[in-house]
Amino acid sequence: MDIQNKVIEIVAEQAVLEPSDVTLESTLESLGIDSLGLVESIFSIEEAFDISVPFNANEPDKSEFDISTVASIIKGIEGLIADQKA
Amino acid sequence: MKRVVITGAGTINALGHDVDSTLEAMREGRCGIRQLEFRDVERLAVQIGAQVKGFSPDTLFNRQQMSLYDRFTQFTLIAAREAIAQSGLEFSGNMAARSGVILGNSGGGMTTLDENYRSVYEEGKNRVHPFVVPKLMNNAAASHVSMEFNLKGPSFTVASACASSNHAMAQAFQMVHGGASPVMITGGSESMLCFGGVKAWEGLRVMSKDACRPFSANRNGMVQGEGAGIFVFEEYEHAKARGATILAEVAGFAMSSDAADIVMPSKQGAARAIKGALDDAKINADQVGYINAHGTGTAANDKTECAAVADVFGTHADRLMISSTKSMHGHLIGGTGAVELLACIMALRDGIIAPTIGYQEPDPECALDVVPNEAREARVDVALSNAFAFGGLNAVLALKRAP
Repeated sequence: MDIQNKVIEIVAEQAVLEPSDVTLESTLESLGIDSLGLVESIFSIEEAFDISVPFNANEPDKSEFDISTVASIIKGIEGLIADQKA
Repeated sequence: MKRVVITGAGTINALGHDVDSTLEAMREGRCGIRQLEFRDVERLAVQIGAQVKGFSPDTLFNRQQMSLYDRFTQFTLIAAREAIAQSGLEFSGNMAARSGVILGNSGGGMTTLDENYRSVYEEGKNRVHPFVVPKLMNNAAASHVSMEFNLKGPSFTVASACASSNHAMAQAFQMVHGGASPVMITGGSESMLCFGGVKAWEGLRVMSKDACRPFSANRNGMVQGEGAGIFVFEEYEHAKARGATILAEVAGFAMSSDAADIVMPSKQGAARAIKGALDDAKINADQVGYINAHGTGTAANDKTECAAVADVFGTHADRLMISSTKSMHGHLIGGTGAVELLACIMALRDGIIAPTIGYQEPDPECALDVVPNEAREARVDVALSNAFAFGGLNAVLALKRAP
């Protein structure tokens, strides 16, 4: 599965935008995704890639999973998939 | 308007199976949070909670009762028996006709629901026990209390998530305050510590995997608890005439709705409820010595609550004490305000302030006296109990020392 396209599709759906409106540099905040939307996006990512994303809404900055941009999310997913295979 | 006093209290929760043992645990700053024990717990990402341990309901209830009582009803009845026994009241005639029971609860018989869903979905059974519905309905506990104690007046259950008990107790207060009832049994209970209950909470990603550390900079979420807290609210002259022991006076309350967000709390909504409770009780802000905080240990609640307290109390916010006993008994959701009211009674009656345990690092956004880690002795004239629920529904109670 193309991780990048799938993540952009998930984020765009959450933000009610077209995938073409979402870039690798986009932050979830800039796309208008709030804290509830973030938790929902992470759920969608876990379901789509069958992974478990370490994320606690109380300490988003402490998570090893970097949610600052679409690119960092993709990188995080790649890492989790690699860990799962290892 | 009638004055309202508390003449009985009962509880069962992770800290103790009655009021004395619970207050002793609060005085000692003991933690009731442990590894959870129930079926399929190994499939949960969050495996800690303040579970009631060493509890054998089959020694307290007969076979017929056991087939009708979900765990939240069992907790409620145990606490109600203790509270009503302490009050010394018996309900008959006109007194029974006018006295009722109003309880808070959020999840209803979740254990019953969980077990029966498992049975029909996972195990493929096509038959369930005939009493599933009367066992799981949210009002089952209130109804069984009414039956056991012959309470024939206004009785119902209030559901406002984490504020359910405070909303319920506010309603009971109104019944007595307005003269409709001489006595009301009130409080609340919850029992969500089962696989489905905790799994649902896990999804929100606001639960801690290690501890509940309200107001501490390193807090990382809430921890669930279970149990019940039940009180006898009685009209003051009625209590005085029969020489009842008064634990505290319920002086007023306020409710507010944030009308903003389904999970994020609002400072303005919380502040309106706190200020409203002071106004209703005709209390000046500087008379308040102790606040039992909602203090869930989430990033969002604790800073919002502290900001609301600072707004309402101004410079007095630095002089009052505010602690979250959820650090010890966990978050009992719909039953939490009821168990927390015990800490207010202890402050007013015994002059002992329950601590916020698990406190490790000061948070500049929660820069109040949170009574960290150790109980404290202090004379308190007025105490508040805060509850701010998901859905933005807030209820704050104001209590005074017994007259």
